[in-house]
Amino acid sequence: MSIYLDKNTKVIVQGITGAEGSYHTGRMLDYGTKIVGGVTPGKGGQKSSHGLPVFDTVQQAVDATGATHTCIFVPPPFAADALFEAHAAGIGFAVCITEGLPVHDVLRVVGATPGMQIVGPNCPGLISPGKSSIGIMPGHIFKEGDVGLISRSGTLTYEVVDLLTRAGFGQSTCVGIGGDPIIGTTFVDCLRSFANDPGTRAIVVCGEIGGSDEEDAAAFVAEHLPGTPIVGFIGGRNAPPGKSLGHAGAIVSGKFGTAKSKIEAFEAAGIPVAARPSEIPGLLADRLAKP
Amino acid sequence: MEYQGKELFRRSGIPVPRGQQCATAQEAAEFVARNPGQWVVKAQVLMGGRGKAGKIKFADDAEQARAMTTDVMATPMPPNRQNPKGEPINSVLIEEKLPIAKEAYCAITIDRTTKKPVIMVSPFGGMDIEEVAEQHPESIAKTFIDTAAGYWPYVGRDLAFVSGLDPGYRKALPAILAGLYDLFFTYGAKLVEINPLVLTDDGRVFASDSKVELDDDGLFKNPEFKEWQKTLPLDEDETLAVAAGLGVRNFRRFDGTVGTMANGAGLAMATMDAVNFAGGKIANFLDVGGGANAQRVRNCYELIVNHTGARSIFINIFGGITRGDEVAKGIVQALAETQSRKVPLVIRLTGTNEKEGRKILAEAGMTPVETMDEGAARAVKLAAGA
Repeated sequence: MSIYLDKNTKVIVQGITGAEGSYHTGRMLDYGTKIVGGVTPGKGGQKSSHGLPVFDTVQQAVDATGATHTCIFVPPPFAADALFEAHAAGIGFAVCITEGLPVHDVLRVVGATPGMQIVGPNCPGLISPGKSSIGIMPGHIFKEGDVGLISRSGTLTYEVVDLLTRAGFGQSTCVGIGGDPIIGTTFVDCLRSFANDPGTRAIVVCGEIGGSDEEDAAAFVAEHLPGTPIVGFIGGRNAPPGKSLGHAGAIVSGKFGTAKSKIEAFEAAGIPVAARPSEIPGLLADRLAKP
Repeated sequence: MEYQGKELFRRSGIPVPRGQQCATAQEAAEFVARNPGQWVVKAQVLMGGRGKAGKIKFADDAEQARAMTTDVMATPMPPNRQNPKGEPINSVLIEEKLPIAKEAYCAITIDRTTKKPVIMVSPFGGMDIEEVAEQHPESIAKTFIDTAAGYWPYVGRDLAFVSGLDPGYRKALPAILAGLYDLFFTYGAKLVEINPLVLTDDGRVFASDSKVELDDDGLFKNPEFKEWQKTLPLDEDETLAVAAGLGVRNFRRFDGTVGTMANGAGLAMATMDAVNFAGGKIANFLDVGGGANAQRVRNCYELIVNHTGARSIFINIFGGITRGDEVAKGIVQALAETQSRKVPLVIRLTGTNEKEGRKILAEAGMTPVETMDEGAARAVKLAAGA
């Protein structure tokens, strides 16, 4: 089992004829994702380089294909528009890969698209190994299994997945939620979904400095998932205050958003925290061995 | 800077004291000569703590304005907790001296947890708001705004009471917050702040200082700010990052001896942490970004070698969009062509096209390490001269 997507999920790609959109559509198709079409305004009626139908509007694409999920590769000035268009057309799940959206655009989108779950923006997407992938994650490192993974980062996710796979821990679904200050799907949203997924036995949460998503996740776990095997990691233990490190959201200001606060919150909620990614599989094995 | 923030305040109908930005003591003296009265001379810098640093002075005539401007601009802002490097002073704001009765605080920023704008008001103005949050957390009243509904004056009326502001503020606050929200929303700001919001002896309310943090990602919507941005000093690390073709956030220096380079911010942070865990001191944070090509890798190598105290560099690449062979080519080229000093490299290359990448490195006589921990440990040893 998995969360958010499986092998029958019908996906469209907004920005399918752009360089990024076209390349990653090919990779998703190779992985087995059921991509049923794409949208590029002005190119309706054409075929994409993969032979998929291209539509002018999301509504046309949804009407013709029955897609429920969208993957967005359009440039930052148009990404919020693409998300609102997807919502208006009845899309229920949108993955926004685009990096560099104005934060006010994101505020307005997340505040006014009820009923549509958004992953990202500025994220690598999500994958249910062996079934389907939406986004840009390199499929070959994943393995089907029962560990759920949530991460704010892209490449760090791959690092952790690679370690898990090598240690024999396959994954149910891996969600890269993105490193921006305002994002659609949070750790808590994913934890809630994993908790309801019978195919997920354990969860790995990879956080980083900045914001209070990790603290919120810890509070949620303490209250709702005390028995679930969960292992944590926090990147940026050595970050200085006041400056973002790479991700716009990875910033320590004053006492807020520090690695220390997040590690303490995790530990207080009974979540063991790996000091390095390489410790994650071992901690997971220990946690699973506990009755 | 303050004078730019006040220009935005004026456009949004927020009352600000009369004033003039001056780049020299001569300009300041001429302005005061034309406009007799009592004036304040305020250094124009991004960092806070000007009062404590002696960078806010008073002048009652043209000669005092000249002397005080000269004095304020004579030395840069000294370092403080907020900015450990200090900041040069290139201009002052000459501003009407207000008869201050009370000082309050108000601001609008984005709350990450609720994903909404939050308006904050406190009767403790003129202080570092982080200190207020620590010492008097109950004094900061907050209201979260639904972006679809926007701001309505009742929010301001409510906040004036709940925060315990002096009653003298009650009439003016709703309109000031309306202007502030308008500014926040129109220009896509990450933070708009008035600290202090002054109540004068004769009952008028003014924004005595201004702080507006714009969103770099939203600048394309307001082209005039791109010009303003050019007047803002990037710090040295940001300048170096941009020169190497990186994003402003992708490079940051530290005092240590182990250079790091990784693709992706999360992996780059984890790489720093791994070096630290292995007992090393980090020379820098560097995220080469997604889809890095050989040229960018080479630029990054030179950036670390020429501008940090690195005695070894740990390059940690997990290929997703970034291709291992491109990175390997960049490393080989960088070493072959660079005029800069050479430092020992430890390379960890895995993911997309790792085989091709490893082959290129092997042909150049380099052996990549297998894991992040192994790479960090080896880089730490090399930096220590072992």
